[in-house]
Amino acid sequence: MVDLNQVDAFVDRYGGEERALTAVLLDIQNAYNYLPPEAMHRVAEKMKLSPLQVYQVASFYKAFSLKPRGKHILTVCLGTACHVRGGPRLVDQVGRLLKVTPGQTTPDKQFTLETVNCLGCCALGPILVVDGKYYGKMTVGGVEKVLNEYREGKEVAANG
Amino acid sequence: MAKLQSATELETWRKDVLATRDPNKQTITICGGTGCRALEGQAVSDAFHAGLAAQGLASQVDVKMTGCHGFCERGPLVVIFPQRIFYPGVTAKAVPDIVSKTIAKGEIIEKLLYEDPATGKKITYEYDVPFYREQRRVLMEDNGLIDPTSIEDYVAVGGYKALAKVLSEMTPDQVIEEVKRSKLRGRGGAGFPTGRKWEDARKAPGDTKYVIINADEGDPGAYQDRSLIEGNPHSVLEGLLIGAYAVGAHRGFIYIRNEYPMAVQYITKAAKDAEAYGLLGENILGSGFSCTFDVHRGAGAFVCGESSALMRSMEGKPGEPRSKRIHATESGLWDKPTVLNNTKTWALVPHIINRGADWFNSIGTEGSKGTMVFSLVGKVNNTGLVEVPMGITIRRLINDIGGGIRDGKKLKAVQTGGPSGGCIPESLADSQVDYESLTKVGSMMGSGAMIVLDEDTCMVDTARYFMGFNSSESCGKCTACREGVVRMYNILERITHGKGEEGDIAQLELLGETTRNGALCALGRTAPNPVLTTLRYFRDEYEAHIKDKKCPAGVCKDLISFSVLADKCTGCGLCKRNCPQEAISGEKKQAHVIDQQKCIRCGICREVCRFDAIKVE
Ligand SMILES: Cc1cc2nc3c(=O)[nH]c(=O)nc-3n(C[C@H](O)[C@H](O)[C@H](O)COP(=O)(O)O)c2cc1C
Ligand code: SF4
Ligand code: SF4
Ligand code: SF4
Ligand code: FES
Ligand code: FES
Repeated sequence: MVDLNQVDAFVDRYGGEERALTAVLLDIQNAYNYLPPEAMHRVAEKMKLSPLQVYQVASFYKAFSLKPRGKHILTVCLGTACHVRGGPRLVDQVGRLLKVTPGQTTPDKQFTLETVNCLGCCALGPILVVDGKYYGKMTVGGVEKVLNEYREGKEVAANG
Repeated sequence: MAKLQSATELETWRKDVLATRDPNKQTITICGGTGCRALEGQAVSDAFHAGLAAQGLASQVDVKMTGCHGFCERGPLVVIFPQRIFYPGVTAKAVPDIVSKTIAKGEIIEKLLYEDPATGKKITYEYDVPFYREQRRVLMEDNGLIDPTSIEDYVAVGGYKALAKVLSEMTPDQVIEEVKRSKLRGRGGAGFPTGRKWEDARKAPGDTKYVIINADEGDPGAYQDRSLIEGNPHSVLEGLLIGAYAVGAHRGFIYIRNEYPMAVQYITKAAKDAEAYGLLGENILGSGFSCTFDVHRGAGAFVCGESSALMRSMEGKPGEPRSKRIHATESGLWDKPTVLNNTKTWALVPHIINRGADWFNSIGTEGSKGTMVFSLVGKVNNTGLVEVPMGITIRRLINDIGGGIRDGKKLKAVQTGGPSGGCIPESLADSQVDYESLTKVGSMMGSGAMIVLDEDTCMVDTARYFMGFNSSESCGKCTACREGVVRMYNILERITHGKGEEGDIAQLELLGETTRNGALCALGRTAPNPVLTTLRYFRDEYEAHIKDKKCPAGVCKDLISFSVLADKCTGCGLCKRNCPQEAISGEKKQAHVIDQQKCIRCGICREVCRFDAIKVE
């Protein structure tokens, strides 16, 4: 359920200026893991923008997801530094263990696998990030152990 | 805290801050950069606090979490002041020992010291480590000394002195003159002279002008802007304020990637603290000059690092570039004169004001002055951030600072300039690293990402990788870029899948030219570079893929096969457990075999095997 009061609060936080549109959408995305259509409509209404502009912005930027994502977001870096140090093999391994391809969510809505073009931690590539926690020098063999931490429902604090 | 009213009050405060500090007090600094945090640096910090408390030393020793020290490969890094004892790769388990021996008794713990791989010697002090010794640190100098969340720490190392000097002793024209004389060029890629940009904006008509920090840092492999903001946010802010004063702007912004939450948090805190002390906002240091500051988070689009796209994005619109004929210094953000500079460019300004243009001029080459921060990453031993004088050779960077190539392999090429740059072959590794020399060999400076490639890297695959990047990041506004890049990508896809045809190379060259000439913004204009440079230097590799259907580096899946070397295989079964296709069979302690029908050539078995028993050909 989308709490429209909370959406209003996100808009108000920035004083309703047009330039704050991406900031508002980022906050909504952080709260819901994606951009629910009701929320986008409310933003357009409240910021006096056309729904088209809100939708265009939401679809232009890679940070936004227009479909619901899982509880945990697994991000594998495919930036150049990680690419040359085995990033693609990590994608394969996560994909194999969760039976998803990049962009997909597991049927139990627990995990979404995403790839990204650099997470700014390139010296320790390849990098895997789960819900904001960075795992450096990740190996194919180490993926399962990381996944298990989250399968067990342990709360892991972000470290980046 | 009352706001500081003058440069003199700032100096008095600085004296007060310094008076409370004893330079000989033991201080443990732990790197809190993203790299070291990824290696559990926070746990190390927690362990120090607990360990000191347990031994009753908490009041005698300071513990500080700093920004990135640069040597991320060996994190988490711990440096103990005043001696600068250097312990790399510290774990929470090692902390009690460090506290009871090094801190309590001044004993050096041999086994925790850094061992120079070249000589096998243990090194005790940070400044003796070759990785640091060969650098010339200006921007990164204070990263290891200060707590980025403490304005007092920044003031203690001379912070805001340059701003005070500019506001109390210099006219805006004098500031611009000094920056021009320093020959500072933009660190965001193109190397445009910073002083001239400021002058253009100053001369542009109108009272409303803006200054912006570009911290979008979209180049994959680069993370120096992040580390600067996470390690020393006030230095960037101070530079911005000096620029605002010089061009006559009263509003400043930072455009920063949302993927950098800690940097967003630190720059926000820095601005809040600066404002509380009267160093930002209304009537800065009683000078009558005012400037506000806002943080704009980007939302993930490489093209938004480009000047005009960045400004559209800040207005709340999709970030599409516009024609380059309109200069931002005349009509930028909300169509007002705007100066956009890279994070590093801004952060260099206080140094130039403090130490003078002549000092800056004394470092670097004729056309490229000062230092540059590179992220030295990929297949090199010492990965991390290195700051060196412009003009150092690629080979020195890789060998003397980077400690050579990993696993005893050979250097094949160096990729600079990100997706707009190119691959420089080993044969040109004695080229200097500066704006002109890199352009001459077909690459560019870019934001300073330097990705080292070894003999196991396929250059056709690398070109394909960058074209994939560029095609997914093209905003699609103009046909030359949208179509040209995709077509080049498709050809490279075919070649790497073993379906290359006679004529493909010529076609790539033609498409490269058309895209270069027809694109609206620099993304499209430079997008063909990775292909054109690899064609220039590694043409034989393209030909091997196209004619012989072979991938000499053993990377392109459709052109290789994996097998087990029976004499090396111990039968440990690790590959069998990890193979996604269940393509490997064999009894325990017996040589294993790969079923070529099932194998998808993912390379996992080769990565996990600890005995080098998987062969690729
Ligand atoms: C596609 C594209 C991406 C860019 N990304 C960045 C970036 O992430 N950071 C940056 O400082 N400059 C980037 N630039 C360069 C900027 O357009 C601009 O030249 C620069 O920020 C100016 O600052 P400087 O003069 O200090 O280098 C990019 C340019 C293009 C064409
Ligand atoms: S060159 Fe490419 S990225 Fe630049 S405006 Fe044209 S389509 Fe967009
Ligand atoms: S991992 Fe290596 S040593 Fe172990 S069974 Fe496989 S090939 Fe043999
Ligand atoms: S390359 Fe991949 S699929 Fe083939 S045997 Fe090795 S692990 Fe299995
Ligand atoms: S390339 Fe992966 S973190 Fe930068
Ligand atoms: S993050 Fe610790 S040295 Fe770079």
